[in-house]
Amino acid sequence: MIRFIPRERTPVWLTVAVSVGAGLAALLLTAIPLALSGAPVLGAFVLMAKGAAGDGFALAETLTRATPLIFTGLAAAVAFRARLWNIGAEGQLYAGALATVALGAGLIEAPAYVLVPLVLIGAALAGAALLLVPVLFKTRFGADEVVVTLLMNFIVLLFVQMMLEGPMKDEMAMGWPQSAPVLDEATLPKLITGLRLHWGLVIAVIAALLLHVFITRTVWGFRIRAVGENARAARYAGLPVGTAMALVGLLSGGLAGLAGASEVAGLKGYLTADLSPGFGYAGIVVATLANLSPLGVIPSAIFIAGVFVGADSMSRAIGVSNYLADLVVALSLLSVLVGGLLTRFRIVLVRREAV
Amino acid sequence: MHPDPRPLVLSLAGITKRFGPLTANDHIDLDVRAGEIVALLGENGAGKTTLMSILFGHYVADEGVVHIAGADGQLAPLPGGSAEAALAAGIGMVHQHFALAENLTGFENIVLGTQSLWSLGLRRGAARAKLERLITESGLATDLDVPVARLSVGEQQRIEILKALYRDVRVLILDEPTAVLTPQEADSLAATVRTLARKGLAVIFISHKLHEVLALCERVVVLRGGAKVADQPTLGASRASLAELMVGRPIPARERPPANPGAPVLDLRGVSVGAPGQRDRLEGADLEVRAGEIVGIAGVSGNGQGALAQLVAGLASPRAGEALIAGVRASRADPAGRIAAGIGRIPEDRHRDGTIGALSVAENYVLETIAAPENQRAGLVRRSDIRRRAARAIADYDVRCPGPDAAVRALSGGNMQKVVLARVLERAPRLVLAHQPTRGLDIGATTDVHRRLIAARDRGAAVLLISEDLDELFALSDRIAVVHAGHLSAAMDTAGLDIRKVGLMMAGHAAEEAA
Repeated sequence: MIRFIPRERTPVWLTVAVSVGAGLAALLLTAIPLALSGAPVLGAFVLMAKGAAGDGFALAETLTRATPLIFTGLAAAVAFRARLWNIGAEGQLYAGALATVALGAGLIEAPAYVLVPLVLIGAALAGAALLLVPVLFKTRFGADEVVVTLLMNFIVLLFVQMMLEGPMKDEMAMGWPQSAPVLDEATLPKLITGLRLHWGLVIAVIAALLLHVFITRTVWGFRIRAVGENARAARYAGLPVGTAMALVGLLSGGLAGLAGASEVAGLKGYLTADLSPGFGYAGIVVATLANLSPLGVIPSAIFIAGVFVGADSMSRAIGVSNYLADLVVALSLLSVLVGGLLTRFRIVLVRREAV
Repeated sequence: MHPDPRPLVLSLAGITKRFGPLTANDHIDLDVRAGEIVALLGENGAGKTTLMSILFGHYVADEGVVHIAGADGQLAPLPGGSAEAALAAGIGMVHQHFALAENLTGFENIVLGTQSLWSLGLRRGAARAKLERLITESGLATDLDVPVARLSVGEQQRIEILKALYRDVRVLILDEPTAVLTPQEADSLAATVRTLARKGLAVIFISHKLHEVLALCERVVVLRGGAKVADQPTLGASRASLAELMVGRPIPARERPPANPGAPVLDLRGVSVGAPGQRDRLEGADLEVRAGEIVGIAGVSGNGQGALAQLVAGLASPRAGEALIAGVRASRADPAGRIAAGIGRIPEDRHRDGTIGALSVAENYVLETIAAPENQRAGLVRRSDIRRRAARAIADYDVRCPGPDAAVRALSGGNMQKVVLARVLERAPRLVLAHQPTRGLDIGATTDVHRRLIAARDRGAAVLLISEDLDELFALSDRIAVVHAGHLSAAMDTAGLDIRKVGLMMAGHAAEEAA
């Protein structure tokens, strides 16, 4: 018989081990469909690893892909800490991207040291404003934020498509539904010439460090943790529960908005309706795999990005569908949820007790 | 002593149960004879619950056997680990928290599970006749045909006992049966238990109210740290001797200097709280609590003391009337404002309202004061200062925990309450709200809470004590008011107050009738 005994404390190494183990377990489980499809399992994994980190070019590509995932992972981590179930990072990402194009594609002309911060702040505010609506609905009327944020994703995406077919459509784009490109002064510079890697990564890592300090060291971080762990007791203790929730909404939405700015101003240069292949949703996996730790989000995002980039490269080489990456990501989420049991309970095997 | 002529119905021999390194039951022997009322005493964690769970088949003992008399009176071993076998052998238990389906009638609750799932309809006739006979014999008069939700707590308990009797129990276990009853209801329960015992039922009575144990039971068994430390007739025992056996050391008698009240700190005039249709509400209450006195609020829970606590704690605002709390006119729900005004609040539910389980002892210690200058500088939490002061509070309040960084979730109820006390009392509040401050605590922790409340009073704080435990109210309060159905009586001096009068007022009699 298996007994679950609640743990009094969870050691940090165990939390890390569970996350790493979940990633490995997901990869191992993926071997089954790989084998069924007749592909050489070991060879496929070697190709994936090479594709993700085999050389400087591959590594740079993985880090480029990890950049938006760090932002959306942080957005999910800070919200979930406060038990605010923001499933709308995808929509907030597009809101940020829209703001980036609106501000950075010619509306304002200014030198880069003015325009880049302006574009980033604008994008963060757009994402924050978008999430503030469901948060206020939740605190004022008790509306379920999961439903509201999820549905708002579709509203925002359709709004983006409308703008790209209408007022924001680039007349020079041969009829393609895409926005005018952002000005050079609004562009995030490349980190290394010749590679796609850009300053968005540095900003994302700084955001993770700041968020870590904010949550663990500041009064408002303390309040957010208290509200997230037990809102009833926080209210009894006189903590400003509604304000803390609104602050979490602003932070989470703002971080997701920065993901959009980083993709447009750092990578693509203009906005299309297929800017994000689900970075907002993948951010939930990233945050969960990181056990909602802002610092953990960085390696977690790099792992998930590596799976995507590696699977792309592998599928080109041996013709296995790159949907395999989605499978690894989904299995990682499931594995880490199962692994979460290990962090909360000690699992003890006992013999069936005799009479 | 002459051998007892009554036949044995239950015999536990050498029962041992270990959970990892903890020995919850250590070679416990216990014999119970037909018609005997045996008290089982012990602090939280002494092993009472484990022993009863073994008897009931929820756990299997590591060592030892349970023998129970069959229909022929012969003792036979009871197979362990089977609740069905225990029920079939005639063991019945009435838990502190009733196991009744609230939307079914008493009759349906009693016959539920005794008839085959495949039988078409209830065989009402025979069941009814048997129940009528049981009610006549036991005196457990109650309405069997209304949904249980509409019955009072005392009536629900009678349904629970009838349920056990209907299944022909020979051993009845009552777990803290008087915890929720008024003194009058408790008396009526005691009379019923005596009647049943005279007819040959063996009763195991679990209670921490020692005066009840002394009045009702003929024998008392005391567990401490998993072992049986006493098995003696109640004749010749006293409350002090039993308490000492339970705790393992003498309990010093409580010294309580007379109150020296000053100016009113809490002043309610015609205050109503809660919507008129709500059960737990207050209607036009007048109450004054002065500095340096403890005013107790007696009443069966749900009669308005919850609304009063919410008002004082700042979770509710008055619908009508004037409430001056610590000199501030309380016109809106504002917990932070109440704290700032100098009100220390000990909530009824320390798990849900009093502490945040996932946060550390130190973090819970500063939960209400995190924005104060000693806890933060420029918005940054002063972590080492907080840890240092929390470590001192842990020592001062004798909180048993691994340290200031331990999660509060891992603490026992008593230690959790000490963290709340440290947080509330360290700031020397002008008014202390203590709502059920000792519920679920063992004698040691309870004594500690009482001592600290009296110390707060002597320091000059006004203390509002809300409790369902009349012994506690009479031991601590300088004055006592009774709340029933939203109406709060005038506060009466405890000196010379008759506990029976308070009991009648809790049941809804006016003070003049109750006198």
